Amino acid sequence: MIRPHDSVIVHTLARVFTPIIQLFALYVLFHGHYSPGGGFQAGTLFAASVILPIIVFGIQGSLIVLERRAIILGGIGILLYAGIGLVPLILGEEFLNYGELPIPGMEASARRHWGILGIEIGVAIAVAATAVSIYYSLRERGEGEGK
Amino acid sequence: MADILLYRPHFVAFIILFLLGIYIMVVNLNLVKKLIGMYLMQTSIILFFITLAVKRDGTIPILVSSATALPPEAYANPLPHVLMLTAIVVGVSTLGVSLAMVIALYRQYNTLEEDEILGKMK
Amino acid sequence: MTLFDDYLLLLLAVVMALGAVFVRDLFSGVLTLAAYSFFLALLWAGLGAVDVAFTEAVVGAGLSTVFFLVALFLTSHEEKVRKQLQVKIMALGSLGCLGFLLLFGSVDLPVVGDPESLPSKHVSSHYLRKSLEETDTPNVVTAVLADYRGFDTLGEATVIFTAGLACWMLLRRRDDSAP
Repeated sequence: MIRPHDSVIVHTLARVFTPIIQLFALYVLFHGHYSPGGGFQAGTLFAASVILPIIVFGIQGSLIVLERRAIILGGIGILLYAGIGLVPLILGEEFLNYGELPIPGMEASARRHWGILGIEIGVAIAVAATAVSIYYSLRERGEGEGK
Repeated sequence: MADILLYRPHFVAFIILFLLGIYIMVVNLNLVKKLIGMYLMQTSIILFFITLAVKRDGTIPILVSSATALPPEAYANPLPHVLMLTAIVVGVSTLGVSLAMVIALYRQYNTLEEDEILGKMK
Repeated sequence: MTLFDDYLLLLLAVVMALGAVFVRDLFSGVLTLAAYSFFLALLWAGLGAVDVAFTEAVVGAGLSTVFFLVALFLTSHEEKVRKQLQVKIMALGSLGCLGFLLLFGSVDLPVVGDPESLPSKHVSSHYLRKSLEETDTPNVVTAVLADYRGFDTLGEATVIFTAGLACWMLLRRRDDSAP
């Protein structure tokens, strides 16, 4: 059984760092076009900001319902990615051709820009949810005797 | 062959790390040590691909504005970077599944050594 | 980044890798592996691969260390020392031959840093030239990852999701309900 930590320094730092990590994850996601970053790094950083309170405060310190159902959010992220790719296919162009997304008033390169942002958001949701789900599976179901 | 060590140490380091990973996976009987060897193999191959993408006097592959367009020789080759991004993430997913298998084996047989598990299975 | 910096970081990475595998306590081994990951990330950032270095530092040194440590908490963390002289001699012999062959083959590889080497021609120069006007994205790695090679990234995201599902299914117990 992994016991939660009982030092004031660790508790305070965890409380301070969790929103900072989430803000940094959002920054990395939306600036993936202009600086190193993108969906995978942002998703993992967001997962770190969810895993840190679990490690420090114990499993009661976070929303236990969220971790058990986190894998569903992973599927939603993949569906977002594939959905943005399917819209051009339905309209008659190729799969994953963001230049033909039906956004009015933009030229093809700007449509690609927003298409890339959309799928990066989908990838970040999928990676964050899956990392939290793997951590939860390894920790909560790994202890005790077998069936 | 001496110039390999002098001017291209990346390939020598790649060979050392790759063979070290294989050696640990083959010789060691502890399951988690084998996974450490697998991780060493994966990262050594990523090092090899990144070395192939380096350009002398080149900078990072983020374009400056298109008004002052630099030729492609001024940027590092971005294609191996993209492939290696995929490789890192797939590697960590494989690691997660392997660790889940190790935990399930420990729950059943209460040991992490390969020969003890094989003995208890008989 | 001069050759001396490359030498130093490569030497440190190899020393960390040797430390990670030849240590008996698995906790120390895993944390030394995290240090090895960080040195590799520094080296790649110096070689110009900033996106890969960021991902390795976050995913490789961060997430995989957390997974390893959780797995070690729930199992044992001492390794038993064996004497397996025959296996070790055979492994060293065959891997030594393989290493020699690889060294021989690496003579024909392009010089490190050559801008006219074959991997830098054809498609890669097209991506570097046309990425800004075709996709409005200065970061060429993101443009290639998400637009030009978007199908591979869809497969990769599916692989991650499948790994999460597999972990959940492997560690189920008899009285578990579905999420």
